[in-house]
Amino acid sequence: MEDIHVADVCLLAGKIMLQSGAETYRVEDTMVRIAAAFGMPHSHSYVTPTGIIFAIDGAGPARLIRIAERSTDLQKVTLVNSISRQISNGELSLAEAYAQLKQLENKNVAYPLIWQMIAAFVASGCFVVMFSGAWSDVLPACFAGGLGFSGLYYVHRLIKTKFFAEFFAAFLAGVTAVALVKIGFGSNVDKIIIGSVMPLVPGMLITNAVRDLMAGHLVAGLSKGAEAFLTAFAIGTGIAVILAM
Amino acid sequence: MDIKQLAMSFIATAAFGLIFNVPKNLLAHCGFVGMIGWFIYLLLVDYGLDSVFATFFAAFVVAVGSQLLARAYKTPMTVFSVSGIIPLVPGGLAYEAMRHVVVNDYNMAIQLAAKAFMLSGAIAMGLVFSEVINQLTKTKGSR
Repeated sequence: MEDIHVADVCLLAGKIMLQSGAETYRVEDTMVRIAAAFGMPHSHSYVTPTGIIFAIDGAGPARLIRIAERSTDLQKVTLVNSISRQISNGELSLAEAYAQLKQLENKNVAYPLIWQMIAAFVASGCFVVMFSGAWSDVLPACFAGGLGFSGLYYVHRLIKTKFFAEFFAAFLAGVTAVALVKIGFGSNVDKIIIGSVMPLVPGMLITNAVRDLMAGHLVAGLSKGAEAFLTAFAIGTGIAVILAM
Repeated sequence: MDIKQLAMSFIATAAFGLIFNVPKNLLAHCGFVGMIGWFIYLLLVDYGLDSVFATFFAAFVVAVGSQLLARAYKTPMTVFSVSGIIPLVPGGLAYEAMRHVVVNDYNMAIQLAAKAFMLSGAIAMGLVFSEVINQLTKTKGSR
């Protein structure tokens, strides 16, 4: 294998983590720790939700990576975290670490889509019960929620604007709920709609925004908060369109 | 308080863990964290506490539980907290607010929206407080 620099390993680890939806402060922390473990105690990393700038003192110019697409894959974050732990404990050489990260970068560790749809299906139904809805409304909410979540995935693949995909998903869930109640399947439209849009809630963004703000990453925290707000607004608009009809 | 609420919150939170791609062996833990949070919320609301405070305490418990589990399993804390706070999100209130906006009843809509906003803030503050506890008790090398 050709020459691998410490910065390559750090950037690769950072890139995978950021793309998988880790908090920005964790990405910065991990990169600096990896660099320190490989004997470069003076490194600087500046991470925003859309890019990474990384420099090691006395080892060439700073480097930049642009992150275009982010998803939620906590499995990958956990795996990079454990690789970084192994590096910190001195269990991995530079080449080994790079090879492991490279392998992880291209590997798909996410659950199959159908599982995620089933999860959205199940969760929607559970929320109806939790918000003290009737048992007869559980199954309609399941269908509306599962369909809405699937809509989010397919529309997002078609149209890269995330907020439109969320708007459409909420709209789809609402239409399904109203249609199901119209044909006599389920009774309380409100409960069904509330349950079915729950899988679209930006839980990841809310948590990460708060954690980043607490870690002093104001830029990242505010931008994630704005993203969470826009997502909530997109969902609300999708539902408003249904209600106005 | 009944068992069906607890069972449902467990399943719902675990299902959310699956949507967020939480590692397979930790899905049940996610469900447990979410269930505890929802249990605390229901308990406090039943007790007559305002839902903002109830949400705050529940989010706090969820976050502290996540920190403990994260230390035990040497994983990022978000693995557990992300799905754990989902049951506390004021989806119902936001929906009601939207319903009043649509019929131009802005008085009611603003009231409901303000309440939903306060509840979201309570979740955030719960996370913040647990973060402070975490920093106070941090041992060297743990993340």
